[in-house]
Amino acid sequence: MASDYVLEAHDLVKRFGEFSAVKGVSFSIERGESFGFLGPNGAGKTSTMRMISAVSQPSSGTLSIFSLDPRTQGPEIRGRLGVVPQEDTLELELSVRHNLEMFGRYFDLPRKVLRERATELLEFAQLSERANDKVENLSGGMKRRLTIARALINRPELLILDEPTTGLDPQARHLLWERLYRLKREGVTQIITTHYMDEAEQLCDRLVVMDHGTIVAHGAPRELIVQHSTREVVELRFGTDSHEDRHLQLAPYAQRVEVLPDRVLLYVNEGDDTLRQLHAIGVVPTSALVRRSSLEDVFLRLTGRTLVD
Amino acid sequence: MTDTLDPRLGWSRWRRSWWYHAATYAHTWRGSVASTIFFPIFYLAALGVGVGHLVTQHTGLVQGQTYLHFIAPSLLATTAMQLGEGESLWPVLAAIKWIRNYHAAAATPLEPEDIYLGKLTWVATRSLGTGVVYTIVIACFGALQSWWSLTLPLIAVLITLAFSAPLIAYAATVQSDGSFMTIYRFAFVPMFLFSATFYPLTAYPGYLRPVVQLVPLYHGVALARAAAFGRGAWGAVLCHLAFLIAMAVVGVIVGRRTLRRRLVD
Amino acid sequence: MLLRALPRFGSRRSLHVFERNFMVYRSQWIMLVSGFFEPLFYLLSIGIGLNHLVGPLPVNGRLVSYAAFVAPGMLATSAMNGAVIDSIFNTFFRLKISHAYEAVLSTPLDVADVALGEVWWALTRATAYAASFIICMVLLGDAGSSWVVLCWPAAILTSLTFSCLGLAACTYLRSWQDFDTVALVQLPLFLFSATFFPISLYPHWLGALVAFSPLYQSAALLRGLSLGQFEWIMLMRVAYLVALAIAGITLAARRFQRILAP
Ligand SMILES: Nc1ncnc2c1ncn2[C@@H]1O[C@H](COP(=O)(O)OP(=O)(O)O)[C@@H](O)[C@H]1O
Ligand SMILES: [Mg+2]
Repeated sequence: MASDYVLEAHDLVKRFGEFSAVKGVSFSIERGESFGFLGPNGAGKTSTMRMISAVSQPSSGTLSIFSLDPRTQGPEIRGRLGVVPQEDTLELELSVRHNLEMFGRYFDLPRKVLRERATELLEFAQLSERANDKVENLSGGMKRRLTIARALINRPELLILDEPTTGLDPQARHLLWERLYRLKREGVTQIITTHYMDEAEQLCDRLVVMDHGTIVAHGAPRELIVQHSTREVVELRFGTDSHEDRHLQLAPYAQRVEVLPDRVLLYVNEGDDTLRQLHAIGVVPTSALVRRSSLEDVFLRLTGRTLVD
Repeated sequence: MTDTLDPRLGWSRWRRSWWYHAATYAHTWRGSVASTIFFPIFYLAALGVGVGHLVTQHTGLVQGQTYLHFIAPSLLATTAMQLGEGESLWPVLAAIKWIRNYHAAAATPLEPEDIYLGKLTWVATRSLGTGVVYTIVIACFGALQSWWSLTLPLIAVLITLAFSAPLIAYAATVQSDGSFMTIYRFAFVPMFLFSATFYPLTAYPGYLRPVVQLVPLYHGVALARAAAFGRGAWGAVLCHLAFLIAMAVVGVIVGRRTLRRRLVD
Repeated sequence: MLLRALPRFGSRRSLHVFERNFMVYRSQWIMLVSGFFEPLFYLLSIGIGLNHLVGPLPVNGRLVSYAAFVAPGMLATSAMNGAVIDSIFNTFFRLKISHAYEAVLSTPLDVADVALGEVWWALTRATAYAASFIICMVLLGDAGSSWVVLCWPAAILTSLTFSCLGLAACTYLRSWQDFDTVALVQLPLFLFSATFFPISLYPHWLGALVAFSPLYQSAALLRGLSLGQFEWIMLMRVAYLVALAIAGITLAARRFQRILAP
């Protein structure tokens, strides 16, 4: 079955002793697409990433990457991958530039080529001025950009990014997103895990939603929203009242009501109409907001929990 | 006065800082307690009894002492030095730079001077403990000959302070630990070996003896020996004391400044 | 694991780990160079003082100066200490603090390459250190015969053994505090492995115990070679060191696998 798929996983399981971190997930990734794994902490995203980057062996299931078998052809596969791990794993003892060049040597690239690529990537990561600094002295955002630049040193066909923006400030995040768009335009296939739904919506063509080691939904972000949520959401906050009590009162005015500790969500198609109706029956929230449905709502619908607690 | 801290009470702040260092140590005491107790026994057994046996066969007494008795006090002195050195370079830089808990401490009512003195007194406390253990071990090996040997733990504290105070002052000024290994290998290893530690000063050629007498540890070793044997000229003892106290005092004066500059300015 | 590791002795990939270490140490060359001096200081110190206090000792019927007796032990010790610094201290840093090895594993290299690369590095460093130490021994007159050149390969073997044991040991360390335990093993090895006095000084049962110390086996081997006294038992000593090296690297490779790619 020769295919356009860069990666095919069928029924992957990862067990650590008795505990199953990944409980049978299947997915296929096409050349050139950006594929997301959205899920809260502990969902099993990192365990999945480590299997598909041909580092840890699946406990069961089949996995093929570039139509190769990671069990026997790990080095060949890893030679064509770029991996951005969840935690930075930079060489603290080396300078910024040497981090890039040394990493490239592991791919058997000649030093001359590496010098050129390192210069290019330093530019890409906006780290040219810090080229000779020790990595120790970089800020969190700089380290993350360097880690991403490092993953590109071998011009990978497939880039695997595990929570690339966790812990970054909004500005640094947007800068990273912009870099990832550029790579996508250049045809690099990307796999991204995140627990930020806005990031998943922005970056991913298709995604799967993971929870407790299983895939609970998959599709394009808009598709998922259409499928599992309404067009708009009304968010209401009521001063000191218990939000629980509002459920019965509000239920007739929405397709679905979610009561969270700090707010009540009404799933509707026309948010402004709903607000007007509520006003008419004398419901006066301390604040009201109408917004479009997002992946957060999909996740809430599917698991009954919020993504980021 | 448990939770609030009057910023004017310098003594109280210093005490807090001592507790702070002690509490940090409490997490990690196991390994170092074992070394505190076992290292003196190991050294005395191997060098004092083992090598001492060979020395007795060939030379007999060294400066009127068996070799075991001769080196027991100098092992106490070198251990005190190693404690001061080990506690004052890497741990201080780590607390300033990597773990940054000194910055956290400086954000409380503690002043950098309190942190410095707290650290120093804590190291001195540990040295006192080590000195007591060592003295007991030496006594068990039968190497104590005078009531003066009861001052050995205090001598250990003085030696530790003489090294710790300037080293903390220095560690507060560096950006990386690059120089520490050089200091260790080119200052402390030679000092350990060439302070008339394992054989008397007279073993050195005449022209080297004045040089050896300039080595700080030499004074510690000589002082410890004088106390253990209850013998020694008052003039020489005062000279050794003055040398070590001067090192500690200079270290404290400089260290209070360098740590303040590093943490606050 | 060893059978899987063996074919990789020819693998070019593990050489990149060597290259990495070389790159790191280029900026820390003082540390590397200063390592040459420590054993030299020891030899000098013993030559000045203890040499006269202890006087000549009989070794296998030949009377040798104390300095010549101790020097091979110091050579063995410096091989052990170098291995502890590189294979325990530095490897621990990359394994558990900077996680640099995890990054290496996302390249074509695998766990066996990492472990072997570290061994290559340790061996190279040991080769240079042992050579410089033996030259110092000769210059200070502490070499018992011209067979002392054979101490070179024997010291390299000692480093190999301790490096392999060190790699295995470092996977069991949890934090920097555990280095107290390392010192608690290292110091008695150093002091009691018949480095400073002949094993005949021990009561019989204690001597039998000391014979298990790899440092003792190495020191005894080096002493025999330095003095040019060859015995069959030296082959046993070599075999013991080789066996420990194999056990160490096998365990290390398995533990690395479990930690890095669970
Ligand atoms: N090496 C390991 N040993 C044991 N349990 C592990 C290991 N790695 C991950 N886990 C567990 O597997 C679960 C999934 O973890 P992970 O894959 O890191 O999730 P995510 O990346 O989505 O946060 C967690 O409960 C975690 O504690
Ligand atoms: Mg994760």
